[in-house]
Order: sequence, then C-alpha cells, then structure tokens
Amino acid sequence: MYAQLVETGVKRVKALEEMTSEERAFQEKIDAEIKIEAKNWMPDAYRQTLIRQISQHAHSEIVGMLPEGNWVTRAPTLKRKLQLMAKIQDEAGHGLYLYSAMETLGADRDEEVAKLHSGRAKYSSIFNYPTLNWADMGAVGWLVDGAAIVNQVVLQRTSYGPYSRAMIRICKEESFHQRQGYEILLTMMRHGTQAQKDMVQDAINRLWWPALMMFGPSDEHSPNSAQSMAWKIKRQSNDELRQRFIDQTVPQLELLGCTAPDPDLKWNEARGHYDFGEIQWDEFYEVLKGNGPCNHERVSTRRKAIEDGAWVREAAVAHARKQQHKADAA
Amino acid sequence: MNPNTDLIEYLLRLGDSALVQGQRLCEWCGRAPALEEELALMNVGLDLVGQARNWLEYAAELLSDGRDADHLAFRRDERAYRNLLLVEQPNGDYAVTITKQFLFDAWHFQVLHGLTGSSDERVAGIAAKALKEVTYHLRRSAEWVERLGDGTEESHKRMLAAIPEVWRFTVELVNGDEIEQRLFEAGIAPNPAELAAAWKAKVADVFASATLPLPEPASYFYLSGKRGLHTEHLGLLLAEMQFLQRAYPDATW
Repeated sequence: MYAQLVETGVKRVKALEEMTSEERAFQEKIDAEIKIEAKNWMPDAYRQTLIRQISQHAHSEIVGMLPEGNWVTRAPTLKRKLQLMAKIQDEAGHGLYLYSAMETLGADRDEEVAKLHSGRAKYSSIFNYPTLNWADMGAVGWLVDGAAIVNQVVLQRTSYGPYSRAMIRICKEESFHQRQGYEILLTMMRHGTQAQKDMVQDAINRLWWPALMMFGPSDEHSPNSAQSMAWKIKRQSNDELRQRFIDQTVPQLELLGCTAPDPDLKWNEARGHYDFGEIQWDEFYEVLKGNGPCNHERVSTRRKAIEDGAWVREAAVAHARKQQHKADAA
Repeated sequence: MNPNTDLIEYLLRLGDSALVQGQRLCEWCGRAPALEEELALMNVGLDLVGQARNWLEYAAELLSDGRDADHLAFRRDERAYRNLLLVEQPNGDYAVTITKQFLFDAWHFQVLHGLTGSSDERVAGIAAKALKEVTYHLRRSAEWVERLGDGTEESHKRMLAAIPEVWRFTVELVNGDEIEQRLFEAGIAPNPAELAAAWKAKVADVFASATLPLPEPASYFYLSGKRGLHTEHLGLLLAEMQFLQRAYPDATW
C-alpha cells in the first residue's frame, strides 16, 4: 500500500441519527455506492483524510523513483535499462495523476510537497530501504508493486470518483511492472549463476518484511480504519489485504525456488490461508517516524531537487509571461 | 578487412552517442527541477537508449564476431567507444544539461533526417523511426533554451555560463571526417557539409530567440570521440554503466 497510516482526525464513527442532514445525505450516498465528485458536498474530515491519503500516495510514487534511480545507470543489459526507465517514467506519471486528483479536493500541490520535504507528510515506508543489488529491481517490481496492486485494485472502488479513476489507470501500468519484476527474478534463478541466485535470495530476505509492512498496522492498532471504511475510502482492512498478498505471493516465491525469511510461514488447511510470523512493529513505526535506513537521504534528495530547480521553474514562469505580453501586444 | 568497416564505425558513432546521452539523462532520475521534467528526461532517455539498441544490433550483425548489442554496450572500453565528446560531458546544472541536449538534438535531427534517405534500407528504417522521436526532443530542448535564455536574469546568466562549458565540443558536430565523406559518396550517410550548415542555422536561430549570443565556431582541439579519443569523463561513466557485466561476465540477466 502506498498510503499506509492515514489520520482521519475522527475518534468515533457517528451513527446516522447523530448526523446533520447534510452528513446523513452524504453517508446515504456512500452507502448506495454513488461516487463522490469534486463539486459535491463532503464532510471536512472526509476531504482532509482524502487529501492526506492521496498526497501520501502521490509522494510515494515520487520518492519511489529514487531506489530504482539508484540502479538505472547500472542496469546490466539494454533491455533491462529500457524497462527500468519506462517504469520510472510511469511512476512520475502516476505521481502527476495523483496530485491532480488531490487538487480536485482544493489542496495545493506545492504546499503538499513542502509538507513532504519538512517531514510533515508521509510516504510509503518501503522506499526507506536501500536497493543494494540488481535483484532488488526485480524484488521491488514483484513484491513492492505487487503489494501496491493488491491495495490499488480495491481502491478502484474507493468512494471518491477522481481517486477511483486514477487507480484504474494506474493499476493497468502497475501490473505490467510487477510481471516484469518477477521475470527479472525468474531469469536470474533459472538461467543465472550461483552469485545471481544468491542476489535474488538476499533481495527477498531484505524486502519481504518491509513489503508486508506496506499494508499498514494490524487491524487492532488501526484507529483510523473504522471511519475510512465507513466512508468507503478504504474497502478492506489492512490485515485482510496483507493476508491476500501473502496467499498469492507464496506460490510465486516457491516457483522461484526461493524462501521467505519467516520460519512461521506455513499453509493452514483449516483457515485456507497461509499463517505467517509477527511483523516487527517497532521497526515499522520507527521507519514511519523518519528513523529508517534511507529516510534522511530520500527526503533530502527530493528537497534538494526542488530547491536546486527553483530558478528553472522561475525562468519558465517569467518566459511564459513575456510570451503572453508579446501576444497581447500583437 | 570487413567490407563494412566504414558503416560499422558509423553505426557505433550513432549508437554510442545515443547511449551515452541516455545514460547522462538517467543520472537526473529523481533530481529534476519539476515532476514534468522527470517524465520528459526519462522519456527522452528511453528513446535514445532504444535507438542505441537498434544501431548496436545492426553493428553487431555486420561485425559478425559473436558479439551482440549488449556486448558492444557493456564490454567495450572507452578507447573503443565512438560517441561524440559533447554527450559524455557531465550534466552540470539544468542550463548545462539543456544546452548539451539542444546542441545534440539539433545535430541528431539533421543526421537522422539525412539518413532516412540512405541507400542502406536498414539504416533508413531505423532513422525514420528515430526521427519521429528526435523531432520531439529537438522541439523540447529548443523551447527550454528559449525559456532559460529569455527567462529571468538568473537563468540568462546561467545559460551564458553553460554555453562555454560545452561549446568547444561542437567542433565534432560540424566537422565531418573521411569516413563520413566516403559514406556520403556511397549514398549511405548525409552530406557532412550540408549537415553542418543546417545545424549552424538552427542553433543561430534558437540562440537568437533565446537572446543568447552565438559563440565563434569552435576550433579543433586534438580529441575526437569519433576516433575513441575521449575526455576524462567517459571512463567513469562506463565504469558505472558496465559494472554488472564486467563483474559477472557469464551471467544472464
């Protein structure tokens, strides 16, 4: 999930009879699965929650370019380089869709980006882990994009129309990336040398748990979920999505001939699901707080890009004004 | 001697220039001045690396010595690389990157335009596809030269500083050598003199509307990327780009 802990600012979900007539009409619309559009009335907390969630999602696309950018200059073949460049380009495009969707709620892109740079806005914890070998490019595509897709497929039905439509477009491209990522790993495992196979297992060992953390805190520690579910911003709980991801991913892991770094992972016939070990929640919260392995580098790289580029953006604005004056004078 | 020696050299020049320029654009990933530019830089880079693959695949076929396009890209040393010196120069600030891109695009456009009429059908085909992409690259970089040249005082100043950083390398764009002359006479490549004239006209035009002074033509200075005599920047670029293929030479990726 690219937005994994979103504050709703709501402590308790109101019952219909406690609501004002506007709130009730809104909730009835939600319950009837009618999409909310930009000009419709919406509770302020709904608007703010969506701004937080969509901006967090957009920031994740942008910060998420960095771990891959780390290897784009070192991709081992022309084909892999082209794939990675295409993927990074798609991610920048996803960021643009999402910022646009966010702006339909009245938020300002530059202000939200400034919050990211000052540490007031979050992005997915996954991008705070370093990419240390080429197999990470496969593992990020397979596990990270895979986790994102499990989440985003559900978000195609989210109650806010512009967000839902952005998800439909994004999912088409993401599933392509995920298959490419898996193919990178499969190639290394099936046709690679022992050193390459070791890279794949190493990448999985490092990224497995962080990928599971992408779904956010467990349901019992997810105080914002009830309101997000009532508003149908979220459609399924963190734990449900995490379980779905594990159930679909373990057979893919076995096909690779690799293992998960989880001694408790095993099929549970009675539940019809895989059981898995406990996530290191301390690590999760530390990374979200800014104390992960790459938080500092990621944010400062983005901040520097925007600061260093200020004169370029100012030049573009000044030039556009001059052209406008010329056109007006003519 | 391979009967296609001239053509192979020429294909390597085209492929290597596109590849090295694409590699420099990759270095911008996540660091561009705006999100739209992230997209554009990666888009242009993607086009160029794709073109490089097409040229190098053809070169590998003509070489017929067991090497493929990846081998040519990732296992040749800098003395065997044939890219223009201009494209291997460091990115610098956005003014340097844009100036380099524009000077290259203006050249690239003319070359590809000429190559679409090549008597070598394979060359003409690759050029026709690439020309569509480079038409867009040139429009974009020319617009940026104008924005930055005729933008703010700061951006104008930066462009004035950027031009001398890369201008001396344009000598290679306008001086054809005997290989290019022979390929022109064989109907394979465009006329180097016409190419130079068209490039100069385009650069003069865009610099004028960008309110930037046009420098004197660059003079010969002993290095030539086309002959594998590079600046000190290429070795480092290749060390990074080729690392995996060098470290794991028998691997399949």
